[in-house]
Parts: sequence; C-alpha cells; structure tokens
Amino acid sequence: MSTKNDRIGEIVAEHIAKEGPLLPILHDVQEEFGCVDAEAEAIIAKGLNLTRADVHGVVSFYHDYTPEADPRPVVQICRAEACKARGVESIIGDAKAAAGERVKIQTVYCLGLCSAGPAARTGDDLHIRLDKEAVTKLVENA
Amino acid sequence: MTIVKISDDALARAGGADKLAAAFEKKGCEVHRTSSWGMHWLEPLVEIDGKGFGPATLDDVDAILDGSSDLGIGVIEEHPFIAAQTRLTFARAGKTRPLSLEDYEAHGGWSGLKRARAIGPEAIVQEVLDSGLRGRGGAGFPTGIKWKTVAGAPGPKKYIVCNADEGDSGTFADRMAMEGDPFALIEGMAIAGEAVGADQGYIYLRSEYPDAIRKLNAALALCADIIAPFKCEVRVGAGAYVCGEETSLLNSLEGKRGEVRAKPPLPALEGFLGRPTVVNNVLSLAAVPHILMEGGAAQYAERGIGRSKGTMPIQLAGNIKHGGLFEAPFGMTLHQLVNEIGGGTASGRPVKAVQVGGPLGAYLHPDQFDIAFGYEEYAGVDALIGHAGITVFDDTADMGEMARFAMEFCAAESCGKCTPCRIGSVRGQEIIDRIRAGGRKRDDLELAPQMHNTKKNAGRSVEEEIGLLTDLCETMKFGSLCALGGFTPYPVMSALKHWPGDFVSNPEAVEKALDAAE
Repeated sequence: MSTKNDRIGEIVAEHIAKEGPLLPILHDVQEEFGCVDAEAEAIIAKGLNLTRADVHGVVSFYHDYTPEADPRPVVQICRAEACKARGVESIIGDAKAAAGERVKIQTVYCLGLCSAGPAARTGDDLHIRLDKEAVTKLVENA
Repeated sequence: MTIVKISDDALARAGGADKLAAAFEKKGCEVHRTSSWGMHWLEPLVEIDGKGFGPATLDDVDAILDGSSDLGIGVIEEHPFIAAQTRLTFARAGKTRPLSLEDYEAHGGWSGLKRARAIGPEAIVQEVLDSGLRGRGGAGFPTGIKWKTVAGAPGPKKYIVCNADEGDSGTFADRMAMEGDPFALIEGMAIAGEAVGADQGYIYLRSEYPDAIRKLNAALALCADIIAPFKCEVRVGAGAYVCGEETSLLNSLEGKRGEVRAKPPLPALEGFLGRPTVVNNVLSLAAVPHILMEGGAAQYAERGIGRSKGTMPIQLAGNIKHGGLFEAPFGMTLHQLVNEIGGGTASGRPVKAVQVGGPLGAYLHPDQFDIAFGYEEYAGVDALIGHAGITVFDDTADMGEMARFAMEFCAAESCGKCTPCRIGSVRGQEIIDRIRAGGRKRDDLELAPQMHNTKKNAGRSVEEEIGLLTDLCETMKFGSLCALGGFTPYPVMSALKHWPGDFVSNPEAVEKALDAAE
C-alpha cells in the first residue's frame, strides 16, 4: 500500500507546478493503476490541498477515469452518426458475440475517422472500414 | 533511389500504412512519411514521382514498383478532388513531413510569425480583422474582434488556448491539421500570443486522438526556440464531449469538472484562471499564419460569400463514396459537395439525408441541397455549418432512430449544469419513443383519484406528443446555457419535419401537429 501512496505522491509532485494540475495527475494515475479509486482520490486530494469531494467530483465527471480496474482488454467502437451511417449498428452484435465476457466492448463517440468507418480503437491502434468479419477478428485478437 | 511518399496520418495508419511503408523500405525505396492529401477513400495512398496509387495493400507493392499496378490515379495534384480545392490552411497537406522543420520552412513556414513580429500587435489584429476570419469551431465569431478584446483587457498575464476537443462526429479537419501540419497550429498560436500579449499557450486535445497528442508534443519540443518567448503545452482531455464548449474547456483545463460557465463574463476578459484568454479552434489558429503572410489577409477576404469570408476545410464523411477533406471558399452547395465531389453514397444507394455541423447540426433533405455554404445562409433555414462536417446517410437510415440518438447523446454528454439540457434530453428520448410507439395510455399514477388534473378517459395521442416535443425543443433551444442543449433540437426537429414517415405510420398527423404547434 505504501508503494501506491509513494507512487501517487511522485505523480502529484511531477505535475504540481502546472497551472491546473489535476487532470494530468488523474491521467497518469489511471494509466498506472488502471483506475482512480477512493484511496487514490484521497492521496491526490491531500497532495493538492483539495477536499476528497472536489477530487471525486472531477473523477466521476469524465468518461476516461474509472473507479475500478478492469483487467479485460478493451475494444472501443465508435457509434456516432458518421459510423452509424456506415453501418456500425449492424456489426455491433458480432463484436459483442465475439467478446463474450473476455473482452470489454466500449462505445465511444467519434475517433475522427468519419470518412472510413465503422472505426474502432484498441490501445493506441486504430482500425477502419470494419465489417462483420473484421470486427470479429479484431475482438478475438484483442 | 525511388522516393515513396506514404502518409502517417492516423487514418492511413489505421488502413495499414505502417506495414506498407516497411514493405517499400524492404524493397530498397526511401520512404517519406508525409501528411495526408485528404482523399480518404484512397488511403493508404502511395505517391511516387507525384503519381498516386491507392488504396494500396501489401499485395500491391511489387506491382506499384514495376508499373503494372491498376491502382494508379495519375498525378495527385491534377486529381479532380484536389484540383477543385483552394487550399490555404491545408496548403502543405500531402506535401510535407509533419515533424520536419526543414520541410515546414521550405513551404513557407514561420513567415507569418516573422512578419507578425515585425508589424506589431495592433497591425496583427487589424490584418486578422481585415481577413474576415470567423471562428471555425462552429459559432463563427469574428476572430479579430476576440483578439482585440483580449489585447485591450487589463491584466499582467494572458493566455492563448487552442480548442482541439474535436468531438463532433463527421469532423476530422482538426485532427488532420494537428497530425499533418502541427507547426502551423503552433505558429498560429504564437502569432495570437504576439497580438494580445500572451506568453503562454495551451492546446486542449481530446484523448481520442493519440497520434495528434504524440505529434504535437514532438513538434512543440522541436520548435521551442523558434516560438520563444512564447511557450505552449498540450493538455489531454478525458472523454467529455461538452469540453469542446469553451467555458467548459476552461474549467477542465483548470482541473475542474467540465461544467459550462454562464456568460458573461466572457473568456476574453475572465477566462483561464480568471485571466484574459483567447480561446480559438484549431482551424482558426491554423488559418492565421497564411493570413499574416504578405497579402494573405486580402487573399483570404476576397474569397467566400457575404460575411463568410475565406476558405473552409469541409469534411466529407459518413456514407459517401469519395470521403475526405475538401477545402474550398464558402458558397458551394451541398449538391456540388455531396453528389459531384463526393460521388454520392458509398453504398451506391440514393442519398436520404445529410447532417451538417456534427451531432448538433440539422438533418438536411436533398430538396435543400442548393443552399450556399455560409454561416448566415444556413442559419436562415434553421441549420448550422458548425465545424463543417458533412455526414451523408443513404436511404436505409432510420431518421426516427437518429432523432432519438440526438437526445440520447445529449443525455450522455450533458454536463448537468442547466436543467433544459440535463433533464430535457432524457424527457426528449422518452417522448420520441412514445411518438414512435403511437402515443401512450394513461399510467396507473395518473388514474389515481388524487391526480385531479389528468384526463382519465384518454391516453396521449401522437399529435399531443409532438406538441410536447416541440415545446420541449423550444425550451432547450432558448433555455440551455450552451450549444449542447441549445442545438440538440436542430437534428431532432429537422428529422421530424422532413421524414415524418420514419416516426409514425401516418405522416400527415405529424404535419398537422407541427402546424398546430407553430
């Protein structure tokens, strides 16, 4: 536990001189621990001289921060208008079937690949022109 | 040695450009990873001696090199999609390596900043005013006036904030500008800093654009000495669509919940940390280096129509055959953009609807395809050009479903600060569901004797539900703090008006109800 405390302390120290340091800190904590849990919120709050409620309010506002770590691989699939126009809704069932309990299928709104959808993201890799076969393969290899 | 150009834009990479580049290198070619020309249906596009081949796969490498490939599109610059454009903001697209300072300088880079430093703050603001440049993020506020306000605001510390939270579906020009020409955006910010007396800039960039984050960070490190004493930093968003709204963005930048602030005070006077702040979209700032070049402002102002001056990087997206980036002066019609340049739908089916301006833009019917592309022209028909994303739908689209999705999206992304948006969007979904289900019956609660004011003998008809929806949309439009709640009625009401058959089995009832509601 103390290692987590120390590590978050380091992250806070790294960003504290910035104007508006909270989001960069939360990004690093999410990246390192896979979540920003209540314990992390308390440590960050102490480091920035904020209340835990302040920090929790921010953490819970944004989609990118999660209260619990999810060890499953994530496949983000865009379901915004442009990808809908290119048929994402007809392949989402295949993605979910291929995912089962093993892979997390997450809906995102827009990856900026709107002329070549349906689009998906795994980690920092992007995927375009997905059809039923391609999305199934993508999820199976996630 | 053969020089092969392959884009390292995120879309080309998603299409397999990295492997393709490696394959060409293995064959002994010198591969230059350039920005994208913006012809997305041809990505990954391979360029050799100015001629293009695309979309290329690993199997095509040998054929492209020995000249037997049938993917050839001829000289890229003469391709109708490129030749028909007027590229000012995207002048370097396809031609330069994004992180090469040498390429940037060789193609006119930094000349705007040099001239800006020579002519001084007042003259810079005047040039931007003269160019007629209006905010490219959607609202279309004159950039020069914003800069003038910040320049005149008292305060020892001012900021330039670039809004790179491009969350609208159907838009990708910001992404392409940041990935393909990062120095142009940075130069634009440095010029803005010079104009208003700010020495610190922030680029608020959405987390969904990992390539842009990486490239801008690298570009900032490379050009730190050139833009000094101006400093700039990338800040990554955290997946909130509403943070594309400028006051919400400022809150997020400060490390708060991305809730919208009431205006006034304007961010120009009390913005980031309560200090005078310029908040501009990526495309507005990226247009500035060109405007500040000798004669650039006049070149800009002579293009376009009415009060919509200059060029707009239009994004052709969705179900379109030739999707991509098309920069052109204002004034084109949707017919030209969608049918002629875009080549109709990718599926080959008839065009049913076009959404202009992202999730908050109206759905336009093919009958309206002759409206000229301009801020006032679109506002005149209850539509908006927004960030100039054009999403095309073919005749399989269910517009009732799309209207419902507009409300659903608003509910998911609402910051929660104002009631019309937070609650209205949820109620909107429910009403649309009821319209599509043919009205509703009275529920148990309403039948209770204590509920004196409810009708006991009848449910609510489709007409009454439509009346409610119209009323709700009015409230959202005029009562919301920002464009998220305020503009969600556009896609909803336009879909209902033009495609009533997608909502109910008897479209006449919708027309009657809409007439009655007005």
